[in-house]
Amino acid sequence: MREEIITSGRLNPNIDPHLEIWHWHIPLYLFLGGLAAGILFFASLYVVLGKENQFRGAVRRAPVIVPILLIVGLAALFLDLKHKMYFWQLYTTIKLQSPMSWGAWTLMAITPISFIWVAIHIKEFLPKWEWKWLIFKELELFFVKNKIYLAWVTLFLSVILGIYTGILFSAFNARPLWNTSILGPLFLTSGLSAGAAVIILFSKRKGERVNFAKIDIMLIGIELFLIVHMFMGFLASTEVQIEAANLFLGGQYTAPFWIFVVIIGMIVPAVLEFLELKKFHIPHVIPVVLVLFGSLMLRFVFAYAGQLSRWLY
Amino acid sequence: MRYAMAIDTKKCVGCSDCVVACQTENNVPIGYCRDWIVEVTDGTYPQLEIEIRSERCNHCENSPCVRCCPTGASHYEAGGIVTVTHNECIGCGACIQSCPYDARYSHPDGYVDKCTFCLHRVKKGQQPACVEVCPTKCMYFGDLDDPNSDISQVLKKRKSKTLIPEAGTKPHVYYLI
Amino acid sequence: MAKTRRDFIRISSLSTAGVLAGAKYLQSAMPQFLQANQTSGGDVDLQRTPTYCEVCFWQCAGWVYKNEDGSIKKIVGNDDDPNCNGRFCPRGTGGVGMYYDEDRLKTPLMRVTGADGKQSYKEVSWDEAFDFIAEKLVKIKEEHGPECTALFTHGSGGHYWGTLLKAFGSGNIAAPSYAQCRGPREVAFIATFGSGLNSPEPTDIRDTRCLVLIGSHLGENMHNGQVQELSDAIDKGATIITVDPRFSTVASKSKHWLPIKPATDIALLLSWIREIVNNEWYDREYIEKYAYGFDQLKAYVQPFTPEWAYGITTISPGQIRETAREMANASPSVIIHPGRHVTWYGDDTQRLRAVAILNALLGSWGRRGGFFVPDKMSLPDYPHPPFPAPTRTWRDAMGGKYNLADLALASGVCDATIPSPELDCNIKGWIVNGTNLIMTLPDQKKTIDAINNLDLLVVVDTMPMEITGYADIVLPECTYLERWDDFRLAQGREPSIALRAPAAEPKYNSKPAYWMAKELSKRLGLEDYFAWNSFEEMLDWQLKQVGSSLDEMKRIGVKNLPRAYDDLYFQPGEDIEFNTNTGKIELYSTALAEEGFDPMPVYTPHAEPPEGYYHLNYGRAPMHTFSRTANNPNLTDLMDENTVWVNPKVARQWYLKNGQEVYLENQDGIVTDFAVKVRITERIRFDSVYIVHGFGHSNKKLSRAHGKGASDSQLITRVLLDPIMGGTGMRGNFVTFRLEKESEVQS
Repeated sequence: MREEIITSGRLNPNIDPHLEIWHWHIPLYLFLGGLAAGILFFASLYVVLGKENQFRGAVRRAPVIVPILLIVGLAALFLDLKHKMYFWQLYTTIKLQSPMSWGAWTLMAITPISFIWVAIHIKEFLPKWEWKWLIFKELELFFVKNKIYLAWVTLFLSVILGIYTGILFSAFNARPLWNTSILGPLFLTSGLSAGAAVIILFSKRKGERVNFAKIDIMLIGIELFLIVHMFMGFLASTEVQIEAANLFLGGQYTAPFWIFVVIIGMIVPAVLEFLELKKFHIPHVIPVVLVLFGSLMLRFVFAYAGQLSRWLY
Repeated sequence: MRYAMAIDTKKCVGCSDCVVACQTENNVPIGYCRDWIVEVTDGTYPQLEIEIRSERCNHCENSPCVRCCPTGASHYEAGGIVTVTHNECIGCGACIQSCPYDARYSHPDGYVDKCTFCLHRVKKGQQPACVEVCPTKCMYFGDLDDPNSDISQVLKKRKSKTLIPEAGTKPHVYYLI
Repeated sequence: MAKTRRDFIRISSLSTAGVLAGAKYLQSAMPQFLQANQTSGGDVDLQRTPTYCEVCFWQCAGWVYKNEDGSIKKIVGNDDDPNCNGRFCPRGTGGVGMYYDEDRLKTPLMRVTGADGKQSYKEVSWDEAFDFIAEKLVKIKEEHGPECTALFTHGSGGHYWGTLLKAFGSGNIAAPSYAQCRGPREVAFIATFGSGLNSPEPTDIRDTRCLVLIGSHLGENMHNGQVQELSDAIDKGATIITVDPRFSTVASKSKHWLPIKPATDIALLLSWIREIVNNEWYDREYIEKYAYGFDQLKAYVQPFTPEWAYGITTISPGQIRETAREMANASPSVIIHPGRHVTWYGDDTQRLRAVAILNALLGSWGRRGGFFVPDKMSLPDYPHPPFPAPTRTWRDAMGGKYNLADLALASGVCDATIPSPELDCNIKGWIVNGTNLIMTLPDQKKTIDAINNLDLLVVVDTMPMEITGYADIVLPECTYLERWDDFRLAQGREPSIALRAPAAEPKYNSKPAYWMAKELSKRLGLEDYFAWNSFEEMLDWQLKQVGSSLDEMKRIGVKNLPRAYDDLYFQPGEDIEFNTNTGKIELYSTALAEEGFDPMPVYTPHAEPPEGYYHLNYGRAPMHTFSRTANNPNLTDLMDENTVWVNPKVARQWYLKNGQEVYLENQDGIVTDFAVKVRITERIRFDSVYIVHGFGHSNKKLSRAHGKGASDSQLITRVLLDPIMGGTGMRGNFVTFRLEKESEVQS
């Protein structure tokens, strides 16, 4: 019998008996960031493609919630910080190797852009809106004129933000469950899928909704493919990663992962959306809520299970 | 200059003096610690063996904690000692996640804390508190770049290992086996 | 139903005023306590005060360092101290926790009976406490004579209370460290070599080539100097042989581990002796010159072949021969370590006699790498009148037994307190200083029985240990970091003196023991025995007699002096007169023969555990000293409870899981107060369980220690008395597992 024990010391809170240093804040933050990235991605994509008028829901309506998502997300991140008064230190340096630094700077850039995006489309919701000050009018004019460039920048930043939500985890070699490069694409896809789902809610045109339902089904397909791929990678890897994968394959997080994330959060909404396309009458809010739920759960399950996976003891 | 520590598992009795000496030296609050004792027993009665290790931050050459720190609070000091500048740390916890040795913890004051190899003592030419107190004299601390230092000598003479070398962190705490 | 005169009072059940006052103390203590642990790393050169440690009997000398704000920060060893060589053990380093412990006794307490008949403690002034004690002592003296008082002590305060008691007219001064711990070893070595080992033991471990440990778990008991030398010995490649049913830490460092069947050590020792004698591996010159009774010994050990021992000990004959040869190869630089807590099976003096004989045969007594000849400093006492001679002592209650005991038996004093037809007077008053008799003495019921027969129980302690709950008066002593004390005069390779000076003012309303004894002496008309004005003056006077001064000692902390006489080791061919009847090392003990005991050690089989029961083995953890550190915030942080070690085979039989909580029940049906977690480990034999001593405290006022783990003391109800010196053998108890308590089953 092998016995490996810490006989004294190391009763550090949130470190032992297993790591639990990140709680609900981080997965919520990652979910909101991913969702914001998804919405902005489609908004800017259709501007770049010149199809703004067919996809007004995506370009003009859905992004209205992005500033709120980002601010709530940042608030969650802030709440998670243990040394809050030093928050500003994030913006004193750029650390290329630190995903946390990347994320902070990306958010620094994308948050104002999301406000601009909402501002130049404000007439979609308030047709009689007039800017009071001249400076705002001129700014609006400037951005509307250069909207295509703004869209390119937004497209680029939204992909970074979407991938970042996964890289934040996958950059940690010390947590074998997170330490897979699949996590970036997987979280990006999940964010896009959530974004597409929200656009369905905001869209007023049937054609647009059908388009995004198709996109969503495709994205869910990609997610499932990535998940299978992830397990193949884990199981073919080192002992610690096999053990990490086993958290989802019979271990502690098996039920939450397969039931909440995969079945309720992916397969069921994909089937519902498919049936909807086949003219079955299904309130479109149901698959949307399920996709959002699945996307949120994906982050929660990964955040907690990842902290259980380790190298030692 | 490259500071490192070596711990003789053949002499260590796991008494935890290093733990309590560190706590009093560095004002580590009760309930927290920067170093700890691991005991590994292998075999079946009566064919048994035990390895006892006093563990702490490995002051890795390729430190994931320094890499992932968004503010630069976690950094290398002269001699490769990894430390955290308290008033640059935002307490995001990324470094805690990044450490395969779980050597870091969140101090009740908010910043992230860990072993500093007693940098404040080393600067004065003293040994770290744990090394100085150890009743079995099983710990060696010094400069790897100096071939005549105790640690260089003992590492040359004895077989040693590091913890989880496969994590690629290039740890600088050695265990004599 | 017999009504006990003395209800156990938890110190929490103070009168209301007391609780409030206590809470106030707590609040004033807390911020300071937190502050002291949270200020940033001290770069400033801190002010330091010399001290010697009081967490255990090793009494290492060190320095107390303070923070910039004057609060105590850390304690580190004094480089000049031969006991610690500048390195404290974890308990010494964690000694700051004793000072900062907010559960400390804070003010004198007196037992009062309320209108409802309920007993509780009332906070009283020192004057009230002393007046009460003096009145009671005088009453005992008048009614029964001063001999009917006794002192139990552990630690520095014992000297002052001892002086007081001797001046009062009583010679009943006992330390549980004798009859409950090292007594048999002292008697055995006195019988063999004419001198005991005392403390610290003069084992020359740093230069040894072979160290044999029998049930001694050096490294888990942090006898600092010895652990340091053990490490040196490992470095130098010494052979270590460990005999233990448990794979102890030091067993893991040993070349040979002999996983002996419990209670059979004498058989192994006799077999080793036979091997060494028959193969002529003994030190012939040494034996011929110094030893008495070799021929008798040789004839006596002939039946004890390794094959004979194998059947008893389960150690293979090959291993016995090989380890005997290892010892012989290293002779005379070999130590068969006598151990320290040796009261196991009631034949302990005989077992230690076998150890002494083995050492004698290998010529290790007085030789490099064996046992050196210790030297010790002595200082004259501050002048005082001669003590009156007591007319009776506890020995009168022993019916002529235990004449060979060279010190008082705590258990004997306890026996002499319980009235019996043979006694014309039982002991009526106890002063208990720094020893938690409830946990320390075996057979708790008997101890409580004795306590219930007392007219006066004074308890002096720093912490609300269980014994305080039985006291009439509780006197809060300040910790060693807050007081002056007598010099530490340790024996060693060179004599040394160490000073203890206060590093801080006493917290709360606590006081040093010397002050208490002096104050009480005034009320008993014995102030001439404490004639000094201040303690510093007394210390300075003592130092002046040997050409030093208090100023010098404050500066250096420890003073090492040259050896006063003779050498560290016997010189080749030196004539030596041993302090025995024959003047020689007695392999055949004439003293034991005179008293009617076996002159050479005899193996007697001991009881074996019944089906489903296991030997209760207990021991120590390096971060705790018995039960006294169990509430120390720094040390409980390292280890806050004990576990019961269970072999995986046994665990399978009982369907036990790692970390599962169980109760232990002994052969007499006694169940532990608290549950203890199971630790399934290969390190323990299938016929034994193991727990670390000192846990399972029942006093709620010990906020960190209460209810943590199980108390082995509670389970030691079968005491195997050593007929030679009255040692209380405690290893004859067997336990089984109880998955839940009866009270729980009912509810």
